[in-house]
Amino acid sequence: MDNKTIYALSTVYGKSGVAVIRVSGADALDVFKYMTKIETLYLKPRYAYFTDIIDSVNKNTLDKALLIYFKAPNSFTGEDIVEIQCHGSKAVLSSVLDSLSNINNFRLAEAGEFSKRAFYNQKMDLTEAEGLADLIDAETSEQQKYALRQMEGNLKNLYENWREELLKVYAYMEAYIDFPEEDIPDSIKESNMNTVFKLIKAIDEHLSSSKNSERLREGFRVVVAGPANAGKSSLLNAVVKRNAVIVSDIAGTTRDAVDVNLDIKGYPVIFTDTAGIRKTDDIIEQQGVKIAFEKIKDADLVLAMFDAAKDDASIFDEIKKESENKLLYIANKSDCLTFEQCSELEKQGCFLISAKYNKGVDELIEKIGNFIGANFTSGSNMLITRKRYKEALLECLENLKNFNFEKEIELSAEDIRLAARALGKITGRFEVDEILDKIFGSFCIGK
Amino acid sequence: MENLYDVIVVGGGHAGCEAASASARVGAKTALITHKICSIGEMSCNPAIGGLGKGHLVREIDALDGLMGKVIDKAGIQFRMLNSSKGPAVRGPRAQADRELYKKYMLEFLQNQQNLDLIEAAVEGLVIEDENRVLGVILNDGSVINAKNVILTSGTFLNGVMFIGHQTSVGGRVGDISCAGITPYLKNLGLKTGRLKTGTPARLNGKTINWSVLEEQSGDEKPEPFSYLTEKIENPQIKCYITHTNEETHKIIRDNFSKCALFSGLITGVGPRYCPSIEDKLVKFADRTSHQIFLEPEGLNTDVVYPNGISTSLPEDVQHLFIHTMKGLENVEILRPAYAIEYDYVDPQELNHCLKVKKTQGLYLAGQINGTTGYEEAGAQGLVAGVNAALSALGKDDEFVIDRSQAYIGVMIDDLITKGVDEPYRMFTSRSEYRLHLRADNADMRLTEIGYRAGCVCKERYSVFKVKKEAVDSCRELSLNLKTDYATLESFGLTVNHDGAKRTAYQLMGYNDVSHETIYQIFPELKCFDEKVYEQIEIESRYSGYIKRQLSDIEVFKKDEGLKIRDNIDYAKIGGLSREMVYKLSKVMPATIGEASRIPGVTPAAITAILGYLKK
Repeated sequence: MDNKTIYALSTVYGKSGVAVIRVSGADALDVFKYMTKIETLYLKPRYAYFTDIIDSVNKNTLDKALLIYFKAPNSFTGEDIVEIQCHGSKAVLSSVLDSLSNINNFRLAEAGEFSKRAFYNQKMDLTEAEGLADLIDAETSEQQKYALRQMEGNLKNLYENWREELLKVYAYMEAYIDFPEEDIPDSIKESNMNTVFKLIKAIDEHLSSSKNSERLREGFRVVVAGPANAGKSSLLNAVVKRNAVIVSDIAGTTRDAVDVNLDIKGYPVIFTDTAGIRKTDDIIEQQGVKIAFEKIKDADLVLAMFDAAKDDASIFDEIKKESENKLLYIANKSDCLTFEQCSELEKQGCFLISAKYNKGVDELIEKIGNFIGANFTSGSNMLITRKRYKEALLECLENLKNFNFEKEIELSAEDIRLAARALGKITGRFEVDEILDKIFGSFCIGK
Repeated sequence: MENLYDVIVVGGGHAGCEAASASARVGAKTALITHKICSIGEMSCNPAIGGLGKGHLVREIDALDGLMGKVIDKAGIQFRMLNSSKGPAVRGPRAQADRELYKKYMLEFLQNQQNLDLIEAAVEGLVIEDENRVLGVILNDGSVINAKNVILTSGTFLNGVMFIGHQTSVGGRVGDISCAGITPYLKNLGLKTGRLKTGTPARLNGKTINWSVLEEQSGDEKPEPFSYLTEKIENPQIKCYITHTNEETHKIIRDNFSKCALFSGLITGVGPRYCPSIEDKLVKFADRTSHQIFLEPEGLNTDVVYPNGISTSLPEDVQHLFIHTMKGLENVEILRPAYAIEYDYVDPQELNHCLKVKKTQGLYLAGQINGTTGYEEAGAQGLVAGVNAALSALGKDDEFVIDRSQAYIGVMIDDLITKGVDEPYRMFTSRSEYRLHLRADNADMRLTEIGYRAGCVCKERYSVFKVKKEAVDSCRELSLNLKTDYATLESFGLTVNHDGAKRTAYQLMGYNDVSHETIYQIFPELKCFDEKVYEQIEIESRYSGYIKRQLSDIEVFKKDEGLKIRDNIDYAKIGGLSREMVYKLSKVMPATIGEASRIPGVTPAAITAILGYLKK
């Protein structure tokens, strides 16, 4: 990390009508000095200046642009910021960025560096900063909504509240330890115990929702499994064609398993095609089947697909044991069946499609979206998105579970201290003086 | 001019006594200058030493061969182990003192100390060279005494102003002059100073108290000494008594709020929240209708009684009125009214871990001048300042630094120099994050070796310590090796799981429900160890899981403390630091990353930025 003024394009390159370039650092005003004819002396912060923008070296006019100056510390990063809103064409952008690079002490920002500076300048705390990173990465609307919530400090408030409760308990215990002559009510033991139980429950619930949030960040796993030639790949192709938003194509091909990233009803989904399941002597194919089983195990939803003209759902009995509650039977090649056969299968709970003729695919996508919605976002809207939080919460929980009033008070106080410290690792730090303030705020302390 | 002394200590209070003694013990030629030799070791406020956190400090002072523990053992007239019903880490020894005996023995120890002169004179100023070097002190007759290092322990005497209601008088203690002269010198050195407030309650005539109606409070049956060298407490033990304020008391006080120096705005300094004046308490705890008041005799041969809990700055007539409303005090004679006192202190962020003023050569500060309250806090600082001033005067490069993981002394000094104070600082066990490790019972194990290496611990104490340490080590080893099975344990009446695992004596010693006697029956080999030695292992075992974790925390802490920040670092040059961070860090100029991280408001992000900068 250095002291240089950084700049970067903040909008998507080469597509937009208007682009925003952000410049942050002590020398940000040099943009006005070298690239406009506006006198910086009279510049008003947070006013938009519409002006010709010129090259910092040869002084050629590059574009007409809107410039806004945010004066430190009242800016996103806490440093001086100049925002350039210019036209979004590739030619304009590359000339403006080139021109910026020629200003002394300017350099291109590294990934996330604006947020990092904002964090260093206490413009946001860690939870907010990490929420922002997710926002920048947000690929789908659900993710984006959640990232916004986190940036507003939703999680921070939750953890801070828990920590506050723990500090209250701790303060009571410390008062009891440090002021032995003081009469601290007996009922406090009980209420402290209750608070701890309540917190254990709340954190437990919060942690169990963490699987949701990992999925929200990484994508829900939908796996298509079934015997060879059931039409799995056709389904994949059909589903992909139905979805305009393909963020990345084939992300990694593991032998016979193929992942495709999709957006289904605003949820990020990793759609995986697997090798056909069958007994075989071919070593490579065995490997593919093994991988298919692993994918099934990890999946949030398994589309158990079979050729309705040849097989029935019983061929999945082996898979069924492991994937209860996440199995959806797909009877493919419905075009080859009679009406009676179809309604019989539907009665058994199978979903009928014809991948080849694109029949039922839209309905299936709808169904997948509903399944994710029903299984993953109901309940707690406070989802944990970072491993770091999860570890700290687990540590907190472990110490809370150790807590009781059977042991010596200094040991139960230590349990609470360590639990609160673990929470403090997420949002801030643990100050002894904070405790003392609480003690003296609530008790009369004499001797 | 030639230096007459290596170290001059200004002030004969609790900080001054420990500073002078420590400096002399290390081998520096030392002078203690006080305006009244007969006031050396005066307990200006309550006649007691120790308490929770404070008792820990006294044990630590003793482990470093300081005086406080030895003196209170000779002067104590009621010993109580506070929190004796709770675990060993939070027990704190406390003793009521006979004021006169305390002064007498303190003076005796100082007079018998080699390398130490006691000088009766008032110090009016400092000899300063080049605006940043202290060369000695100026006395009120204009004469000068030079020294390589000067330790100021002026307590509440710097610009002390006393208040009884709206009456004010200048002085550092009733009957004593204050010294106005030194503060301007400190300001000239560029030190930041401020005002703090403290108070002391009225003194009562015990002959006029109706003791028979009051609740008694006795000392421990078996008084436990403070000093590791004291075998037994010799003084007879007295009783204290408890009375309470009541609604009438509170009404009188409330009706006269306007007459308080505190509420009428005369006093601008901030007072400690934990020993608030009675009017403070009434405001803060408005719903309480009664507060406990402890009546503590000031000595064996005096009728003076100290009422603990009714400090006030109300006028004398109001004091009379409200004191007489309390049970047992209906007809009490008030010997001296309560008063509040306001005094100058120096922002302790000006100091380093040695308690030396960072921007000045040759100047150390200890005690209330650094914004603390309490004899124990003062004494502990005096000791550290004394050892360091002596080491530096003797030309030794070593610094005597005690860190947070080693002692409450380290916790206190670190808190003071990294956080500063906004109210008088008092020790609590909750201030230490390593509380289970820093106990009153093991202060010698933690510190005596360190003190011996620094030169402030005499050979006699060191050899006593060595013997105990070896015994503790061998008791630990033996108890870890002695094992027994469940059948044997059951034959002694203990219930254990039939899990086939053998249990060590060490494990069993940590069980709360297994008595010493049972352990001795099962393992007679352990009988040979002294009770104190056995106790050490017992506590270790009882806390073992937690202490293990604290010790690993301490390792992390030591790592941060090991990351030194160079003296000449320019925080403004570090990228990513806000102006606020730069200001805070530049003010304190922390010596290590660990220290920097403890400055209030300094964020983990700022620490990361500094680390990044240092690694460049």
